[in-house]
This record gives sequence, structure tokens and C-alpha cells, in this order.
Amino acid sequence: MEILNYAFMQRALLAAVLVGITAPAIGIYLVQRRQALMGDGIGHVAMTGVGLGFLLSWSPVWMATLVSVLGAVLMELIRWYGKTRGDIALAMLFYGGMAGGVMFINLAPGGSNANLTSYLFGSLSTVSESDVTAICLLAAFVVLVTLGLRRQLFAVSQDEEFARVTGLPVRVLNLLTAVTAAVTVTVAMRVVGLLLVSALMVVPVAAAQQLSRSFAATFAISVAIGVSVTLGGTVTSYYQDVPPGATIVLLTIGAFVVLSLLATPLARRRARALAAAEHAADPAECKIPATREARDEVGV
Amino acid sequence: MSDESVISLRGVRAELGSRPVLRGIDLTVRRGEVVALLGANGSGKSTAVRTVIGQVPVTDGEIELFGTPRRRFRDWARLGYVPQRTTAAGGVPATVNEVVSSGRLSRARFGVLRKADHEAVRRALDLVGMADRAKDSVNALSGGQHQRVLIARALAAVPELLIMDEPMAGVDLASQDVLADTLREQVAAGTTVLLVLHELGPLEPLIDRAVVLRDGCVLHDGPPPKAVGQHALPGHDHVHPHAPADAEPVRTGLLS
Repeated sequence: MEILNYAFMQRALLAAVLVGITAPAIGIYLVQRRQALMGDGIGHVAMTGVGLGFLLSWSPVWMATLVSVLGAVLMELIRWYGKTRGDIALAMLFYGGMAGGVMFINLAPGGSNANLTSYLFGSLSTVSESDVTAICLLAAFVVLVTLGLRRQLFAVSQDEEFARVTGLPVRVLNLLTAVTAAVTVTVAMRVVGLLLVSALMVVPVAAAQQLSRSFAATFAISVAIGVSVTLGGTVTSYYQDVPPGATIVLLTIGAFVVLSLLATPLARRRARALAAAEHAADPAECKIPATREARDEVGV
Repeated sequence: MSDESVISLRGVRAELGSRPVLRGIDLTVRRGEVVALLGANGSGKSTAVRTVIGQVPVTDGEIELFGTPRRRFRDWARLGYVPQRTTAAGGVPATVNEVVSSGRLSRARFGVLRKADHEAVRRALDLVGMADRAKDSVNALSGGQHQRVLIARALAAVPELLIMDEPMAGVDLASQDVLADTLREQVAAGTTVLLVLHELGPLEPLIDRAVVLRDGCVLHDGPPPKAVGQHALPGHDHVHPHAPADAEPVRTGLLS
């Protein structure tokens, strides 16, 4: 395995594994609450953070984390209060974030859109020591939240109203979900890029659903798919000289297609077996009872 | 039945998008009582229940749960809520057991379920006759089975008060019988129940008192009416306009 001899590849593989774990781990809750595209929105907002990082000569990763967390909190607040014009407000936030990123990076000394490209589409081979430290810390936070609070996050994402009546701090949990999603976006930014982050949050979950019946299994399978495609994509990009971010996303979609094709006959057979078991006792012919029963009364 | 009030609404007003939906409701449910909240669509019965659990803000009036003003009420494990069933499920598959377990969180510290909690979930599934489906996905269930799961979720915390919004809507006959039996057992064990109902139906024998709403006002508060309005008139039969003209009118069973 000569690939492991290079320090830059060791860093790249470590970052890839962490993204493969964290993106589906928070993505599953976003998919469950039908906010699959939230990751995409946060990715747009994070661009302003990257631009500001260049302009102020701060770490773009930490600056992007700060700005995308603020953006995610703002999105959650818009969801609470701006019911009627919520989508318009979100659109302005997303595109404002993108425009801000382009503007700031061009104002930065020596900055150009070329710097931005490595954040938009990922640039695994340029992941530095300090990037790896940041990615490890942020990934630990994401794993802690998504696993440690899995029952609470499941309840809130499944049925928000019921969760509130169970006494769960629904607003805090919603904010935490948004913040964790924002952190994940910045973890994944260097690997797959801001424009492709959302794919890694959503597609492994969709692929895992083809096989699973439970939330726990969906979680485990989607993380397994996430790690496989990020590692596979990174290694492929090393040997074939193709962009890693795009390779990873295309591999994920490939996994989805393959699993769907495998699962369709499986699901059909399972449904047929279930239906057969349920109706085994039902006679196929009509039987007319001699007397009227209580359940023959028709309430309209 | 004691005089201790479990739910108390006094002069409650509520608006949905500046349209008044509740115009000063008084409602008391005492310990051990089974109260049905009846009324036509848009009469405010669901809104009234949703003010009790804090889902709809109140513009005026007072609400108390177990003698505590609702704003300061924190003891949510004493209350089991069964929402109106919607066809929309979560975007990720979940098993019956996973959904029912989330009802136990009000009794679990930091969301950690212990052995006793898993046993309580199991008992709740037994009560609604769904224990054999615990590992199935909720998406594979019929409407009636899904409703039974939602009731098991509310029962998992072993509540003293059950609030149910239209538990019989879209439920097949077999599940209706199971639900009525489950509710009878709960009532016998001393649980207080507030039900939103469209019609009394198979739950009629269980109900101590009915509160009928119309246009956000209480129209009737007392023994359950045998049948409301026109439906009570002698010789009243339901005739469906889309049925063939020469078909026999459907017998409602209200008069037989």
C-alpha cells in the first residue's frame, strides 16, 4: 500500500473517513424531517465564511464553521417565525451567502475565484495538519450529538408536536440539529466541497433505506455506505487522477442505484409474504351470515 | 371519580391567523372521567385540545393541568397524547418498537432507556395487540394498525390522563374494537380521558360526559346526546346522492 506512505494521503484518507461517518449521521435526521436540502443551503452560506477567512487572513475552516453555524441558527429562526414568506427569506440567505463569498474573496489581497474553487469542489490533497485537527474536533462533536442524543433527535424529527408533549426541549434540539448540520458542512467542505456536501448527507441515507426497515439499521448502513464511498473515491482519485469530490458523489449515487435494483425484488417478495400471512385466514368466497350483527350497522 | 380537576379551561380564547376559533371556552375534566369533545368540522374541538397541550397559543383565559397553570406545567409523563393521525410518516423507515419507545422518553433520564422502560414499551404494544409487529416498519401498517401504534406510544409512559384527537378516524372495524377494548381497560384502571370525536360511535358506552362545540362556543355540556341535530329526528336515514336512485337508504343503526 504505497498510498499510505505519503503524509498528504494519510491526512486525506483520515478526513475522508470522518466525512463518511459524519455526513450521513446528521443527514439521516434531516431526511427524516424532510429537510434534505438544508445541507445545500448551509453550504451556500458557508462560502461567505470562506471568503471572510481569506479577507481577514484567518483559517477559512474555522471562519466557515462560525458563519455557517450562524446561518443555520438563522434558518431555524426563520422556520419558527416566518411561516408565510419563509422560503423567500431562505432563498435570500442562500444566495446572499454565495454572493458574499465571491465578493469577500475578490476583496482579499491576492485572492481570486481560483482559491474558492478548492472549497466549492473540495481539494483533498491540500488538506493541512491544522485542517486535520479542526476536522477531527468538529467530527467528534457531530458523532457525540448524533449518537448520544439519537432517541431525542429521532423523536423530534419523527413527530415534533408529540415530542413537545413528551416534555422534550424541542427548540433546543432543533437548534442543535441545525448547528450540527452546519458543523458537518465545514467538516466535509475540504473533502467533497461545499456544492457537493449535501449529496453525502442525503444519498447514503436514501440508499440505506432500500435495505432497511428500522431507523437503527438505516443509520448503520448509511454510515457504512458513507465510509465506503469516501475511502473508495479518495483511493480512486489517487490512482486515476480524477477529482475526489466528484468521484465520491458519483460513487454514492452508483451505490444507490445498485441497492435499489437489488432491493426491488426483495421488497416485493417481503410485501407479498406479509400480505399472504395477513390474509391467510380470510376465505376467498363470500359468506353471508344468517343474522345481523352489531358491526353490520353502518354509521355515516 | 373525585372532584379533583385534571384539565380546566376558563374563558379560553384562541385565534388561528387572526380568525377567532375559540370564543371563551369553559371545560373541566375531573379525575377518572371520560369526556368527549364533539362538534362539526371547524367548530374548534381540535383547537381546544391543542391549547391544552400548548400547541396553540391562547389569547385570553386560563388553562390548568393537574391544578398547575399550563405555562408552569412540566410533569409531561402524566399526560399521554394521541394526535390526529396523518398519512405523512417520517422520511426514514422506523419500526413499531422505535416509534413506541419515543413515547417513553418523558420517563427516561437523558434519553437513556433502561430495562424497565423497554418492558413498559412491550406492555403498551401488548395492550393494543401489536406486540407481534414490533419489528415491522410503521410504513407497512394499515391505518387502523398505525393508530394503535400511536396509542401505544402514548401509553408507554403509563399516563394518568389520555388526550386523543379523532382516534377512530379512518380506522377499520377490527382495529376499532381493539381500540375500544384498550380504552375500556385504561378507564377501568382509573385513567382520565379527553377525546375529540366526530361521532360517538363504538366508544359511546364509555363516555361519561359530552361537550359539544359550535363556532368556538360550548353548546352542550352534560350526558352524551343520543344523536345530534337532524340525525336524531324520527325516521332520519342517510341517503347518499351518489348511490343509485332506487337503492335502499343506508340504515344508520341510530334508531334500531
